[in-house]
Amino acid sequence: MDWHILAQQLVNGLTLGSIYGLIAIGYTMVYGIIGMINFAHGDVYMVSAYLTAICLAVLFSCGIDSLPFALLATLVAAMLITAAYGWTIERIAYRPLRGSNRLAPLISAIGMSLVLQNGVQLSQGARTQGVPSLIPATLRFGDEETFVQITLVQVMIVVVSLASMALLHWLIGRTTLGRQCRATQQDRRMAAILGIDTDRIISTVFVIGAAMAAIAGVLVTLNYGSFDFYIGFVTGIKAFTAAVLGGIGSLPGAMLGGLILGLSEALFSGMVNTDYKDVFAFSLLVLVLIFRPTGLLGKPEVEKV
Amino acid sequence: MSLTPTPLTSAAGPTAVLRQAVLEAAASFVLALLLLGPIVGLVLDGYQIKNELQRPLLIAALVALGRFLFTLALHTPSGRFWLERFSAHRGKTAILVQSDSDRQHHGWLLLLFIAGLALPFLANKYALTVLIQAMIYVLLGLGLNIVVGLAGLLDLGYVAFYAVGAYGLALGAQYLDIGFWTALPLAALLAALFGALLGFPVLRMHGDYLAIVTLGFGEIIRLVLNNWLSLTGGPNGIAAPAPQLFGLEFSRSAREGGLPFHEYFQLAYNPLHRFIFIYLVLFLVVCLMALVVNRLRNMPVGRAWEALREDEIACRALGINHVLVKLSAFMMGAMVGGIAGVFFATYQGFINPASFNFFESALILAIVVLGGLGSTSGVILAALVLTILPEVLRAFADYRVFAFGVLMVLMMIWRPRGLIQPRRRAFDVEGL
Repeated sequence: MDWHILAQQLVNGLTLGSIYGLIAIGYTMVYGIIGMINFAHGDVYMVSAYLTAICLAVLFSCGIDSLPFALLATLVAAMLITAAYGWTIERIAYRPLRGSNRLAPLISAIGMSLVLQNGVQLSQGARTQGVPSLIPATLRFGDEETFVQITLVQVMIVVVSLASMALLHWLIGRTTLGRQCRATQQDRRMAAILGIDTDRIISTVFVIGAAMAAIAGVLVTLNYGSFDFYIGFVTGIKAFTAAVLGGIGSLPGAMLGGLILGLSEALFSGMVNTDYKDVFAFSLLVLVLIFRPTGLLGKPEVEKV
Repeated sequence: MSLTPTPLTSAAGPTAVLRQAVLEAAASFVLALLLLGPIVGLVLDGYQIKNELQRPLLIAALVALGRFLFTLALHTPSGRFWLERFSAHRGKTAILVQSDSDRQHHGWLLLLFIAGLALPFLANKYALTVLIQAMIYVLLGLGLNIVVGLAGLLDLGYVAFYAVGAYGLALGAQYLDIGFWTALPLAALLAALFGALLGFPVLRMHGDYLAIVTLGFGEIIRLVLNNWLSLTGGPNGIAAPAPQLFGLEFSRSAREGGLPFHEYFQLAYNPLHRFIFIYLVLFLVVCLMALVVNRLRNMPVGRAWEALREDEIACRALGINHVLVKLSAFMMGAMVGGIAGVFFATYQGFINPASFNFFESALILAIVVLGGLGSTSGVILAALVLTILPEVLRAFADYRVFAFGVLMVLMMIWRPRGLIQPRRRAFDVEGL
């Protein structure tokens, strides 16, 4: 194995891992606070990819030439609308089920995921969509034959993900809202007794998760350029794998798990086989669950009556 | 968009109610427009946009109108009555007790059985294929019902066992030269083995993890079938043999050394014979499986399944080995899925990995959910409805998956125990 291929895969893995980390935040926060897997989260990410393409197309057809402004406006619009999706999904599909048995919210979540996938397919068509390559700038290291290529978008992905992670870390760790979130996560009933509106906090968590997925959706669309209504499914499982790997319920764990999964997946597809990279990621999920169900940074879960 | 409106004091006048209704309708209009405006209204066409904004406007208007009427209706006396009934029923998960006096429909069952046997002789080819498909889904529904409905384990990759069964027949015929009747028990065993392999490590863990692991497993099986070109033929698929009746083949002219069915019985060749035969065998298997499941429910293992679904911690405290009990349900369900797969392969004559995607799992789950998570008759009915209805309503075929999703959410909110409440045999205290 040549060093440049290895380095290139590391760069690709880092990019992929940041994306997984951003989406994993939605899973890990929701699981931490209400103890359910939000199966519709992957599809929320898919919706944000569509929103990116739509926003960009609308902005360009309005004659806006400034690329930074267009990107920023797209990011804000995608985050806003995707967050509204997160809020609505929680309100329609999960809140009425609070207090029912464990199976009901999971089935409801699967239903929501089908609605989103099929709804987008029905309204936007089943074919693969795309955006033009907007930021072609690349950095190259090495000589003519052996080089490592880093695109500006890849740098952007890593920087933006780290920045949003840092912001979220500050939000959860230092603000009143964050303190309320942590209190609700630890003991929802006690938090309610102490005057925290736990329903509002749960909604907020869905909104935050969806907004993070929207950032991932915008970045991925800029990087790969093409997407379809089915991307949320596989990416969703992988991001969940990342959340479990890092320790479900832990924010730094989500990012760490995402990076590890992204890097190992990129190395696997570079060195072993590209066709089986999804199989590799799913097998990793099963192995982690068997040998270390609490993940790398998670706390052991104690079942109580 | 919560179901329960903000409570008004009972003294609130009609103007306050109207005001609230208008406000809520306006809020849902704005929200629906925000959500649907870009996705439904601005259709991507290459790098351009096609403007279809009338669609989200229409949907948002309908949503607002619905919300308005809903809020008003909830403040009428009968609306309040329904709301109270709904809230009172929500928390209840108790199963209805079936006393001996309830069980007098054996005559009906016999009649249904005979009707089911007679049906294929009256049907044309199209109806027959629909019937066979419906029966395959009944079988799948019965199998998944054991896992999800009785044992309460959410299996989102059930289609994997279906694929194991189907490919068991096709690959077995190609490489080991086995026929339908050998493949039937072998594929069932193989699927159960896969179930055990997957279930054993995972069933020890928290229930939610099972859902995502089975989801991943379903994808793994599909991806392996798709990518292992040298063994499975990949996306091009593989042929599966037709069934035989004691060595008699259902083809116009037999292969070397074989004898066609129609020649043996001195009949004119009719391609329907093959389908009628598959249907009859399948129908008998379905009846047998329904009987087995019904019997199992009253046996200790079946009762343990349902007890684990209701309260795992209590069961473990009572000394039930939760891993083994769950594993038995999981393997049983996998086995039924495998049998259904064999029938699917022999009926189609040709299979490829595209038949075993996640939507198939979702469809089977929708059957179980609609049927009532545990009720055998409910699952059979739901499978028939969900497979025959789309055939009748061909024009709405695109909306099928969408409707399943809506159905799952609504059922969980409105009737988590399904349309038909499951009943189980128990001691009826009042009857004693």
